[in-house]
Amino acid sequence: MLLINCPHCGPRDETEFHAGGEAHIARPEKPEDLTDAQWADYLFMRKNTKGWFAERWVHAAGCRRWFNVERHTVTHEIRRIYPMGDAPSDDIA
Amino acid sequence: MQRFSALSLFTKGLRGHAGWSRQWRAADPKDSYDVVIVGGGGHGLATAYYLARNHGITNVAVLEKGWLGGGNVARNTTIVRSNYLWDESAALYEHALKLWEGLSQDLNYNVMLSQRGVLNLAHSLQEVRDSRRRVYANQLNGVDAEWLDPAGVKDFCPILNVDKSQRYPVLGATLQRRAGTARHDAVAWGFARAADARGVDIIENCEVTGFDIANGRVTGVQTSRGRIKAPKVAIVVAGHGSVMAEKASFRLPLESHPLQALVSEPIKPVLDCVVMSNAVHVYVSQSDKGELVIGAGIDTYNSYAQRGSLPVITGQMGALSVLFPMFSRLKMMRNWGGIVDVSPDASPIIGKTPIDGLFFNGGWGTGGFKATPGSGHIFAHTIAHNEPHPLAAPFNLDRFTTGALVDEHGAAAVAH
Repeated sequence: MLLINCPHCGPRDETEFHAGGEAHIARPEKPEDLTDAQWADYLFMRKNTKGWFAERWVHAAGCRRWFNVERHTVTHEIRRIYPMGDAPSDDIA
Repeated sequence: MQRFSALSLFTKGLRGHAGWSRQWRAADPKDSYDVVIVGGGGHGLATAYYLARNHGITNVAVLEKGWLGGGNVARNTTIVRSNYLWDESAALYEHALKLWEGLSQDLNYNVMLSQRGVLNLAHSLQEVRDSRRRVYANQLNGVDAEWLDPAGVKDFCPILNVDKSQRYPVLGATLQRRAGTARHDAVAWGFARAADARGVDIIENCEVTGFDIANGRVTGVQTSRGRIKAPKVAIVVAGHGSVMAEKASFRLPLESHPLQALVSEPIKPVLDCVVMSNAVHVYVSQSDKGELVIGAGIDTYNSYAQRGSLPVITGQMGALSVLFPMFSRLKMMRNWGGIVDVSPDASPIIGKTPIDGLFFNGGWGTGGFKATPGSGHIFAHTIAHNEPHPLAAPFNLDRFTTGALVDEHGAAAVAH
């Protein structure tokens, strides 16, 4: 069971949250200009990191706001929680 | 290879079972092979076996970072079925089921296939419609399938609670009679033994740390036991597909999640079929030892931890208690997690990669065990001929670019 520190509500059980997958995937500015391969890369391809990983969560059964989390995908340790739009730590980017 | 038979069991038994030899050699890696298979799970071992058996390619190494039967081949709920909705999947899994039906004879190893029947319950009118549609689709594809009304379900599985007053009442079920369970460890050991007998080197405790690639072509692998040259390398890993792909500098559309299961204390035989419920989400069967084997869904977040979280188990045990009130006081003995690679369309990725000579077979999500012999069979063909087997062709990596997905989310008889 993860204990996630919602930036707005404080620490809550993981059952109150939904995982939103990999963070920092920007929607292309001009999708119509992309090749099929570029579009597939945006839409489907994922880092799926083993180690420190930046991901999105939403406090679905709470304030319903989205935020970013840096979590280790082997130990499940959470080292950082930060607002949408902020950059990930250097070792993740 | 020492062949097993009733006579050999009897005569060895008279001598206290002292005369058995090793099931497979503890091979040391050679400098080079015709084919190197990365991953000694069920699919990797099956691939090696069919390369040797069907294509005469015996200069093959299977590299396993741990020990045989330590990964997902031993971490599943042993269910075997082929009642998938779409033509491509039905063909693939039915091919596997047909191989399962002759596998014990073929391998001379009892994989304990038990075709006890699999029920997929429907709990809402929409589920009834979807289930009946799947039954018709299965029948058109030559996959045995039946629709049972609640009385028929009760008749087939008397201990199941079909009371109409339930929050999610059982409104019927699909039944595949040829589906059932197989003994997971025996599958790994049987394929390993049969592959070894045909000359395949099975190398345990040998982790692949990188790939040698020159001019877009694979030339070998780097391992914890040195470099091994090979013109063809096949990645057959569950749970670490993306990690392997990154070492070879290509990307995959996979996310890794824990899928956990648990077993109860052993009890007398009470459940002689497999029951799966999509809506309340649990599936259960009873092992030969008497334990109930219980599974459900993945943890929703990415993880490589080989353990799941408690809320998932709590949910599936609630569902189990409602469907089978008599199970509510059973103690649970063990639980475990395996890491599954889930693809965007809940279908596997089988075939070539952007690197020449490098093949990939993975992304089986929550349902790889049932496909083990079929997966190995068509993947061996793909490697041997350098062209996808017709059954593997729809599952190529390019489908994420072309858009020709095989969307089995929710269509596969269980939610993913």
